Amino acid sequence: MTVFEAILLTIVTASTPLLIAALGELVTERSGVLNLGVEGMMAMGAACSFAAAVTFDSTLLGVVAGMLAGALMAALFALLVLGFAANQTGSGLALTILGLGLSGLIGAPFVGARRDPIAPIDIPGLSDIPVIGRLFFEQDLFVYASIALTIVVAIYLVRTRSGLTLRSIGENHTSANALGLPVRQVRFWAILFGGACAGLAGAYLALVYTRFWSPGMTAGRGWIALALVVFAAWRPGWVLVGAYIFGAATVLQLHAQAAQFGVPSQVLSAVPYLATILALLLLSIRHGRAIGAPGSLGAPFVPDR
Amino acid sequence: MRFELTPRTNASTMMRVFASVAAFITAFLIAGFVIWLMGRSPIAAFDVYVLQPLSDPWSLQELVVKATPMALIAIGLAYCFRANLWNIGAEGQYVIGAVLGGWLALRTHGSDAGFWVLPLMLLLGVIGGALWGLIPAFLKTRFGVNEILTSLMLVYVAQLILDYLVRGPWRDPKGFNFPQSVTFDPSATLHPIFEGGRVHYGAVFAAIAVLVTAIILGRTLFGYRLKLTGDAPRAARFAGFSSKATTLAVFAISGGLAGLAGILEVSGQIGQLQPSISPGYGFTAITVAFLGRLNPVGILVASLVVALTFIGGESAQIMLKLPLDLTQAFQGILLMCVLAADAMVSYRIRFATRGGGK
Amino acid sequence: MKADVPPSGPPLVELKGISKRYGDLLANDGIDLSIEPGEKHALLGENGAGKSTLVKILYGVIEPSAGEIRWDGRPVTIGSPVEARALGLGMVFQHFSLFDELSVAENIAVALSSDWSLSTVREKLGEISRTYGLALDADRAVWTLSAGERQRIEIVRCLLQNPRLLILDEPTSVLTPQEAEHLFTTLDRLSAEGCSILYISHKLEEVRRLCRRATILRAGRVVATIDPRASSAREIAALMVGNAVGEVRSDAPHHPQGEALRVSNLSLPPAGLHGQALRDINLVARAGEIVGIAGVAGNGQSELFAALSGERLADHPDAIAINGKPSGAMGIDARRRLGAAFVPEERLGHSAAPTHRLSENTLISHAATEVSRSGFILMNAAKRVARSIVQSFDVRTPEGDPQARKLSGGNLQKFVIGREIIRKPKLLIVDQPTWGVDAGAARLIRQALVDLAREGSAVVVVSQDLDELFEVADRMAVIHQGTLSPLKPIGEWTKEAVGLKMLGVSQAQGGAHAL
Repeated sequence: MTVFEAILLTIVTASTPLLIAALGELVTERSGVLNLGVEGMMAMGAACSFAAAVTFDSTLLGVVAGMLAGALMAALFALLVLGFAANQTGSGLALTILGLGLSGLIGAPFVGARRDPIAPIDIPGLSDIPVIGRLFFEQDLFVYASIALTIVVAIYLVRTRSGLTLRSIGENHTSANALGLPVRQVRFWAILFGGACAGLAGAYLALVYTRFWSPGMTAGRGWIALALVVFAAWRPGWVLVGAYIFGAATVLQLHAQAAQFGVPSQVLSAVPYLATILALLLLSIRHGRAIGAPGSLGAPFVPDR
Repeated sequence: MRFELTPRTNASTMMRVFASVAAFITAFLIAGFVIWLMGRSPIAAFDVYVLQPLSDPWSLQELVVKATPMALIAIGLAYCFRANLWNIGAEGQYVIGAVLGGWLALRTHGSDAGFWVLPLMLLLGVIGGALWGLIPAFLKTRFGVNEILTSLMLVYVAQLILDYLVRGPWRDPKGFNFPQSVTFDPSATLHPIFEGGRVHYGAVFAAIAVLVTAIILGRTLFGYRLKLTGDAPRAARFAGFSSKATTLAVFAISGGLAGLAGILEVSGQIGQLQPSISPGYGFTAITVAFLGRLNPVGILVASLVVALTFIGGESAQIMLKLPLDLTQAFQGILLMCVLAADAMVSYRIRFATRGGGK
Repeated sequence: MKADVPPSGPPLVELKGISKRYGDLLANDGIDLSIEPGEKHALLGENGAGKSTLVKILYGVIEPSAGEIRWDGRPVTIGSPVEARALGLGMVFQHFSLFDELSVAENIAVALSSDWSLSTVREKLGEISRTYGLALDADRAVWTLSAGERQRIEIVRCLLQNPRLLILDEPTSVLTPQEAEHLFTTLDRLSAEGCSILYISHKLEEVRRLCRRATILRAGRVVATIDPRASSAREIAALMVGNAVGEVRSDAPHHPQGEALRVSNLSLPPAGLHGQALRDINLVARAGEIVGIAGVAGNGQSELFAALSGERLADHPDAIAINGKPSGAMGIDARRRLGAAFVPEERLGHSAAPTHRLSENTLISHAATEVSRSGFILMNAAKRVARSIVQSFDVRTPEGDPQARKLSGGNLQKFVIGREIIRKPKLLIVDQPTWGVDAGAARLIRQALVDLAREGSAVVVVSQDLDELFEVADRMAVIHQGTLSPLKPIGEWTKEAVGLKMLGVSQAQGGAHAL
């Protein structure tokens, strides 16, 4: 494998968790709910998946545990914003703080443990194509799953009846309620889906990307996933593009650090965060504010009974 | 099961205070349950977390020391949150305040510069924090970029700047390669209020900020402007209050106060610059601001309460081997309980079982 | 459709003793109502009489506190709009239940049961459109459509489900007279096919045109069920309002003088994604007169108001002159200091902050005056001002200094209009002064506007309510798609001419009347 191929491979692994988490948040936001707790749910996903994987020596159980943890956190958020009509911004921040704290508690006994790499799935024949062969056809299952998820979410939103209902509710919950669409029920499942995705993204970080657990290992990826949704103007295809651009930025700055160009490593470490700001800025300059944002995003909903 | 919400028309101040207390008790019960799950005694934990710090004079001083930065930052956040603007990057503004103020301390190190160093350091701290806070505000007012994400991203950038400085150009040459600056000169150090005590003059700044903010928010047109901007943004425009000016002003104020907190902590508490100068004060201040209901006096009380969890958390780590992360988890639970309690004040909540999955 | 239901059978729908309580307020109090198959039944009542609450109960949106609903003689529980539609109810909402960013076909499909695919919806949409003359393009996004077209979506959405009862809530409030007539023809036809109609309105003429039976609500109760054609307008009005409402008193002829407002060639691009552009607006309001601006909602009224008030700045300072001073580049505060005052359309959230007390709400437009000194609020002065507004304009409040949201629509409107009039403005610009306001408050407000003009101020009234403009305005113009017709004395307008202008049909005559 050439260095170039290796870099491309790591870009894919760095992008996948961003893609999964952002897709989940995209569905949540299209239903009209802004969940700022992605970072917390992701941290919980990472800690719980790693704990379960080490305890039971099973990657599969780890993944399940990560998704469950994310979904449980999301359920807590749903209770606050749907059950109590609490402020969505505050509730999301609370979820992040709680998730970072709890993940520390859960992960602490597992600091220092390591997981073996999981075997990539090799698609025979195709993976032998030079350069792109290994890039496209010899990845781990999660990578294929994340691409499939992008397509499924895109089709779900645009082509299915249930997706139409979800979009309508996100667009205008007052109208949706007047028509008798189950606003809170749909939002509940959308929030849960977002949580499970964030948990899965966390699991991927801990089980595949780093293969160990350390406190604060999500390092702002949940927030970047949130930014990606804005950047993508709430379109799944653009989330995919955005996630790979950010993944590339992250990996290239790591390689640049290793190459020691004489640029301080901190400058390179700041690249993903500065790139996020820059992307949001360019998007706003091009389109004016928040193009494609669901009409009811972030607004509390209190049905009139 | 289904939740039904009916808006309450008469939510009294008493109810709001009661809701805060109820939220706090609920959060304690949940935390107790978590500690029990971890196989420890919740009662022993309560003793270590709450009773011991409150019965020990040294801890009481420590309480004030820890509450000071959180109160200062949270009061700044109250300006933002009242206007429904979300500065969640106070941690970064705190760091940049410390960096800019600390620059002067290092610049004058070893010289016989006089009494003016310290006031100028504090001023630079305020300016540094305000400028860092104005970045997301400017991006929002000029280009419409979401302030939540940009202010947060700038936290990481600020921490990396500090990290670079103390590992690079500002490292103490005689510091055995430790990533830290030289220790500040006495002229650049904030002294304790009482000889030999822990509480430094930063507490006085926090007290002044509480008083001034209480007057500004409660009695002035500017305070009303923030409230109106937050509660009814169109009415605020109709009143002639420019939302851009409001945004820039509150980010400058909250950034400035966070920057002040940063330089006070560095010059009064730590005495030098190092890679980590905050146990997350900037984020915890969000909890403090909500717990204090965006009211300056409430924030003062809330900052002391949350400081208690920090100190209790430290002793619990030593005495009960409970991890420090428990403190952060508790703060998350507390914030959630406060938000739920807020909802109960605004709405009458009924649990209906009829009809099932509607 | 079910034309075969025998007329001698049970009523299609029967409401018995329906009550709905919100806290202390009894929105519906023991309401009885029955509708025969194929009947066009009117539900008449003032704003706030409980009409909307009642139909929302019938349509399953809200749950009654007490009472029984019978459908075809059988008692039913309508737990949600989905169940209502399954029974055969269709509803056309006053504030449409549409989704701006979705296409027409998607808007229709989302309300239908899941066995409707988008392509079936498209097909059926074409059929229904042709049968009833309700033209709609399936792939247009809703935000691009006019109010009349949006209403068509709501109606088609109902018709696709073969309803047996069609409920329409104030359907003509956003239509031109011509569009309304077209709607009536459609309703006549549906009724002839056996579909019952429940028609909610507070406009007598329409009800007399359409219905033979009307139930009149007042303060949440049924006060009478009558044949609207057999009773005089005066009798019905008395039933609706309770006591007779006087006419607005307008005195002897007046002689307007001096320009308080001059708008010259004002053009503005649309503000948001779906805004309306203003094109070359010219307008003069003189001291002592009321200038009316008619038009169907969404034709640039709110944009014009924002430009006049200074919430949006004009492209050049000379576009707007207030009391002779070029003020196109001034903010709303500076314009207030020139003697102008403004009342926007939306009460809650625009002219008043719902959760703030009335005394705080005076700060919104009085901030620069007696209620503050060097940046500090003089709370006692603010309370005094609020008290004097409450007294002078007969604002009924539940307590001394309540939150704005605790006032009824009419009382809050009296307060926000009073808040401006009490400043004795030289120029008052008011958008939809009596929208959603009960008759008593509407009369008081119109009288206050007339009085202000007679005392020598210029008043500009933007309104969708043609009757209101004919009652108070001295001169009038019509706004259509951001363009304002020339101003003409009110006597030279007829309702038909206004209606054509509202539709954007130009007339040969009328062009000669310049400002």
